Amino acid sequence: MIARVWRLGAGARLFFLTIIYSGESFRRFHLTLREIYFTGVMSLLIIIVSAFFVGMVLALQGYNTLQKYGSSEAIGVLVALSLVRELGPVVTALLFAGRAGTAITAEIGLMKTTEQLSAMEMMAVNPIARVVAPRFWAGVISMPILAALFSMVGVLGGYLVAVPLIGVDSGAFWSQMQANVDVRADIINGVIKSVVFAVACTMIALFEGFDAPPTAEGVSHATTRTVVISSLTVLGLDFVLTSFMMVV
Amino acid sequence: MERTKIDLWVGIFVALGVAALLGLAMKVGNLTSNNLGKTYSVSAAFENVGGLKPNAPVKSAGVVVGRVADIKFDSKTYEAIVNINIDQRYAFPTDTFANIYTAGLLGEQYVGLEAGGEDDSLKNGDKITQTQGAVVLEKMISKFLFNKASESESKSETVDAAPEN
Repeated sequence: MIARVWRLGAGARLFFLTIIYSGESFRRFHLTLREIYFTGVMSLLIIIVSAFFVGMVLALQGYNTLQKYGSSEAIGVLVALSLVRELGPVVTALLFAGRAGTAITAEIGLMKTTEQLSAMEMMAVNPIARVVAPRFWAGVISMPILAALFSMVGVLGGYLVAVPLIGVDSGAFWSQMQANVDVRADIINGVIKSVVFAVACTMIALFEGFDAPPTAEGVSHATTRTVVISSLTVLGLDFVLTSFMMVV
Repeated sequence: MERTKIDLWVGIFVALGVAALLGLAMKVGNLTSNNLGKTYSVSAAFENVGGLKPNAPVKSAGVVVGRVADIKFDSKTYEAIVNINIDQRYAFPTDTFANIYTAGLLGEQYVGLEAGGEDDSLKNGDKITQTQGAVVLEKMISKFLFNKASESESKSETVDAAPEN
């Protein structure tokens, strides 16, 4: 228990240090750009494919219930609202933790194990400024983009199932969606969620890597913990954020 | 991988993200359908607004001509004051009739405007005097049931009274 609190404090300290030393990741932006390539661009495939299937399944399942009430035109609203408000940010964060978070933890953990971080300190290079901060900002920049792509591709997947497959009218699909999805209340709030999840996921992955015992076993445990803690944090934060954003 | 290639891919990635956000705002959200251009504001007092909400559409002949700006309660008259923004392109006579309708049986509520016959048009800050509030389903059902009950009561009275006469 005490160890958990200690780790929470150490994580918070690492977060503040990352913010303080993040000047270099913008001055030498190619460092951050490289990390955006690895965390963002390389995650495109998994995000787009899963978004497509999530959207299609949502449309199929939604149709199943909506047709009982004779309102299968509302299928577009159902798909768009579930994706933009909830599934887009959350599923992206979960996939991001599995795809990019583990890579970050393993990389930094191995850097520590092979004493690359200590070597940097010996050369008066701050490892937080050189290694941690660019990865942090890359995650924070990549994830909202991935979440927006997830929502958009999911809506397109839902469209493919609803309109050509089920036979919902294409005009009703889009117009009902536009009438019921609000830019500020739904889309902007989804983006805010994904930014918060990005900070949480990336920071957890970085801290677990930074804190990993310098052994093969330690790095493997740290990688596992990254996935578990990130997923739980994202789901918990999602509840808190949704209740904050709820307009009574 | 060389740096220029990484730059290119990150550029494509960011462009895709911006395109997705724009697509969400334009195609999925109501950014395009919500703009009214220049509006003028009129108010109307309703006995009951039901489930009317700010930003609900104001329609005339089924066409959206404006939006509800805000809804307040007047503690002097005990009525709801609804402020409406109407698009500058549309002019309505001063004796326009404002109703609160429901789209479908269970749909959202909107304000319907029916034009009157006056020559003068409503101006910014004017008040619509002829209004009819929302139909509250429970009230209507209870009225209906009450009428039925009193009907059958009066019928049974006449039946009871018949043998005496």
